[in-house]
Amino acid sequence: MITNILEYLEDAALAFPSKTAYADENYGITYGELESTAVKIGSGLLKCLMPNTGRAPVMIYMEKSPACIAAFMGVLESGNFYVPVDIEMPGQRVGSIIENLKPALIICDEDRLPETEKIALQRVRVISYEELSGADEDKKTLEEIRSRHIDTDPAYAIYTSGSTGVPKGVIVSHRSLIDYAEHFSLAAGFKADDIAGNQVPFHFDASLIDIYCTLKNGGTMVIIPVRLFSVPAKLLEFMEERRITIIRWVPSALNMVAAFKALKLTRPSTLREIIFGAEAMPTKCFNYWKSYYPEAVFIQIYGPTEITGVCTYYVVDRDFDDTETIPIGKHLKNSGVFLLDENDRLITEDSPGVQGEICVRGSGLANGYINSPEITEKVFTQNPLNGSFPERIYRTGDLAFYNEKKELVFASRKDFQIKHMGHRIELGEIEAAALSHPGMKSAICLFDEEKNKIILVYVSDTLDDINILGYLKERIPRYMIPNIFKRIEEMPLTSGGKTDRVRLRESILGRK
Amino acid sequence: MDEIIEILSGIHPEIDYETEDALIDKRIFDSFDIVTLVGELTDNYDIEIGPEELIPENFNSAAGIYALVTRLMEE
Repeated sequence: MITNILEYLEDAALAFPSKTAYADENYGITYGELESTAVKIGSGLLKCLMPNTGRAPVMIYMEKSPACIAAFMGVLESGNFYVPVDIEMPGQRVGSIIENLKPALIICDEDRLPETEKIALQRVRVISYEELSGADEDKKTLEEIRSRHIDTDPAYAIYTSGSTGVPKGVIVSHRSLIDYAEHFSLAAGFKADDIAGNQVPFHFDASLIDIYCTLKNGGTMVIIPVRLFSVPAKLLEFMEERRITIIRWVPSALNMVAAFKALKLTRPSTLREIIFGAEAMPTKCFNYWKSYYPEAVFIQIYGPTEITGVCTYYVVDRDFDDTETIPIGKHLKNSGVFLLDENDRLITEDSPGVQGEICVRGSGLANGYINSPEITEKVFTQNPLNGSFPERIYRTGDLAFYNEKKELVFASRKDFQIKHMGHRIELGEIEAAALSHPGMKSAICLFDEEKNKIILVYVSDTLDDINILGYLKERIPRYMIPNIFKRIEEMPLTSGGKTDRVRLRESILGRK
Repeated sequence: MDEIIEILSGIHPEIDYETEDALIDKRIFDSFDIVTLVGELTDNYDIEIGPEELIPENFNSAAGIYALVTRLMEE
């Protein structure tokens, strides 16, 4: 039984030493090179982390590249866990992540060293990838570390948006990651000759499919350059040139191709499987892709970061008209998925249309949020259906229902979390960032689902849209920046004196 | 040209469209912005923008977008 995700790397390096494992448009790394680089990085880390007690977070602040994956593996070799952080994120937010995470070390690209040291404020040691990957191998010590490792030790942490304005770091174990790679590989039929076309950033858990299903099966992953997602004709040419067979993209990226009917120009000929999730898939977009790939496998996946990215999947097995919603399907073998009503009673498949909160149990559950025991306790709770023994579940905050075919269908959120461009965003985090400006009196974020736009409604005597935009750009990631700003004289209030979001929404969007 | 700049400002108000000439190359406009922009151009000028037109040269600057719209309106 596999207990460490690195065993996949070792198996693949043995079976396919000279096969390209991960590549971008300029460079590729073979499985043999990946393994030896990971060992060097792991050995280099031993010297940096004295004493190396293991299970410590190591932040990866690197551009998306094959080297970045070697850094992930190197951190795992050292018995620690990696935390990828977006290099395009504003410095202030990176600073708040560093404050929460308290990393043992930060690994960055060499040309980013001065900038990273500035962000780390000399509180954390920063070392370049280039320096670490040139370290002498110390296999003996790495083997000793491995012998002490158990499968519930953390493998990685990924930061997600937090409603209070501070991002939350979700820690995931080797066990969760191994089970995920095993079960999803089976469900999706990944093979050694597959070439995955990566779209999703590595600091986003949707990339786990690309990285770990490739690793587990000895396949190849090609990073598609981000700039191509603004020029669909070039994007499809790149996919054809690189013989991509599987894509796992967010629906916004698939929709870019569909919106411009780009497949009529180039239809990548080797593509056989299209996986999507992380936000609602417009069925019209699905039908467009399906019309060009009638024989391909289409899979909708569902799952928050807190359950290792995927807990349900639906292999599309019938036609949908443009107004129908594609179900989120059935559970992966390592996840129990069920719906609870407001009184924690089970909603069964025999009650079609009745909404409840999606709750998940099983080995996919994350260890919790790093350095945040209160938030962890709030959402990782005892299973209310089990009074016999301790059993943790994760309350997703997502509402769903069963359709007449007994398939699970996503409905909406319970709170103010949204999915925008595939990213999970707490509107409260945007509001908190706006309210941190001394000139801001009041700020509420709305999301227009029809137009897929974030709207910041604010009250201020001194600020205008441009001031606020500039201020927010220094504090929150690009994908969280509101698309529309609306300045109003005063916020509508409820009889209790709180902001009346319902009335505000009606006045701004013209609907509830 | 002023109308084009007004549409662009509705998407990214902070950009100086008189001087910026790398909207795509610098990733100022991402895929979602492009979909939004093309939707606005299609509606406002009653034109159809095909995938073959979605190249950086046409969308890197307000002037490039203006030239594209003018050409498509004449066709």
